[in-house]
Amino acid sequence: MKPSLHTPLSDAEIDARIDGQVPPTDQAALQERLNHDAQARERIAQGLALRDRLRALHRDALGEPVPTALLAAAQGAQAASARALRWQRWGGMAAGVVVAFGAGWMGRSHWPLPTEQQAATTANGLPGFARDAVLAHVVYSPEKRHPVEVGASEQEHLVQWLSRRTGKALKVPDLARQGYQLVGGRLLPGAAGARALFMFQNADGVRLTLYLGALAGPGAAPAGDDQPSREDTAFRFTQDGQVPAFYWVDQGFGYALSGPLGQRELMALATTVYQQL
Amino acid sequence: MSPTELTAHIPSLRRYARALTGDAWAADDLVQDTLERACSKWRLWTVGTNLRAWLFTLMHHLHASQARQDSRRSAMLPLVNVDDVEAELVAPVAADGLALDLQRCLLQLPEEQRAVLLLVSLEDMSYAQVARITGAPIGTVMSRLSRARSRLLALLNAPASAEHVDAGAGAPRLKRLK
Repeated sequence: MKPSLHTPLSDAEIDARIDGQVPPTDQAALQERLNHDAQARERIAQGLALRDRLRALHRDALGEPVPTALLAAAQGAQAASARALRWQRWGGMAAGVVVAFGAGWMGRSHWPLPTEQQAATTANGLPGFARDAVLAHVVYSPEKRHPVEVGASEQEHLVQWLSRRTGKALKVPDLARQGYQLVGGRLLPGAAGARALFMFQNADGVRLTLYLGALAGPGAAPAGDDQPSREDTAFRFTQDGQVPAFYWVDQGFGYALSGPLGQRELMALATTVYQQL
Repeated sequence: MSPTELTAHIPSLRRYARALTGDAWAADDLVQDTLERACSKWRLWTVGTNLRAWLFTLMHHLHASQARQDSRRSAMLPLVNVDDVEAELVAPVAADGLALDLQRCLLQLPEEQRAVLLLVSLEDMSYAQVARITGAPIGTVMSRLSRARSRLLALLNAPASAEHVDAGAGAPRLKRLK
């Protein structure tokens, strides 16, 4: 229902008028009603005067030179932004990887990453992490009696224990929809301390392992969150070891999913894991 | 992002923080915390979206959580000897009486009402934008705005004697001991 010419303005309409937020289509009608509403006109005048006073209050701040501490903090944010952009460009997001798959470069064994990034990866020892992950898979997954230290029946305890030891709140991904159930997990040594291994198995007895842990920054490097080996990376695929694996780095933490599966199948599982962690 | 893009927002963040806190030092601390938070949460900002709105959102959350902590801690604030910090004291942010009066009345508004009024008045933000920044439904934003405005006008227009009674209600009064 359209308000009549003599309907007084509501509080919301008065505010919108003060703040210049009346929709263009309503302006003419509102002005008509305002012509008949002296009280609203008075309130709008007061509101506009208050608005001017508020805007004048700390206007100095707009013209003052910015303190160096604030400029430095802004520079820090810009450096972080540059890193994030680089990370996005190189397709760290699982969605981007899935799209890439759809585009049909299935047959390749490596993501077409810029060579600069590949070189950095080799130099900072990430393949070392992937190699450890594959090795752990090869050693533990054939075990019949003791594949894990703590079984899935004690999942809560398992997660608490491994979280405490790896220094990060861990979560066991749910791969039930893909047909994999948790077998259990174990604690392993790594270059930068404890690493955790979760093992999954499907109805055919195929075993997958998710290997994770903090990555070592180069000890001598200056402190800071941009140590190269801890930098986030895209999904990588390796089949240099005895089983193929997908691995990636997120916030200084490395993850690797290994299993005797095809690249596409393993990729889908790695994407699910990535999304759940 | 170009290097000037973030720095370009610092002056308006500082102005808003001053009006919000009523204290130039606390305001710059808040701005610094905001920039540092922006640094650590950078990935959550999507390139191409509104940087200003994101920065004000970060600042809003920081200020809200600081305000909660302050209210818990206010009972045990450390005492400072004015003589010791004399050299650090600077002139008040706004020197003239009217501005001081406005800032004092602003600080009497509830936090969330003050934030809404300032974002709309100083930053020309739309009600929808303020709703996103403060995490409140748009209807709540509009009613806070309306209440903030009429309360502030009432405080400013109140006769001096009535104001003193009002100001004394929440704050500890000075007592002369004989």
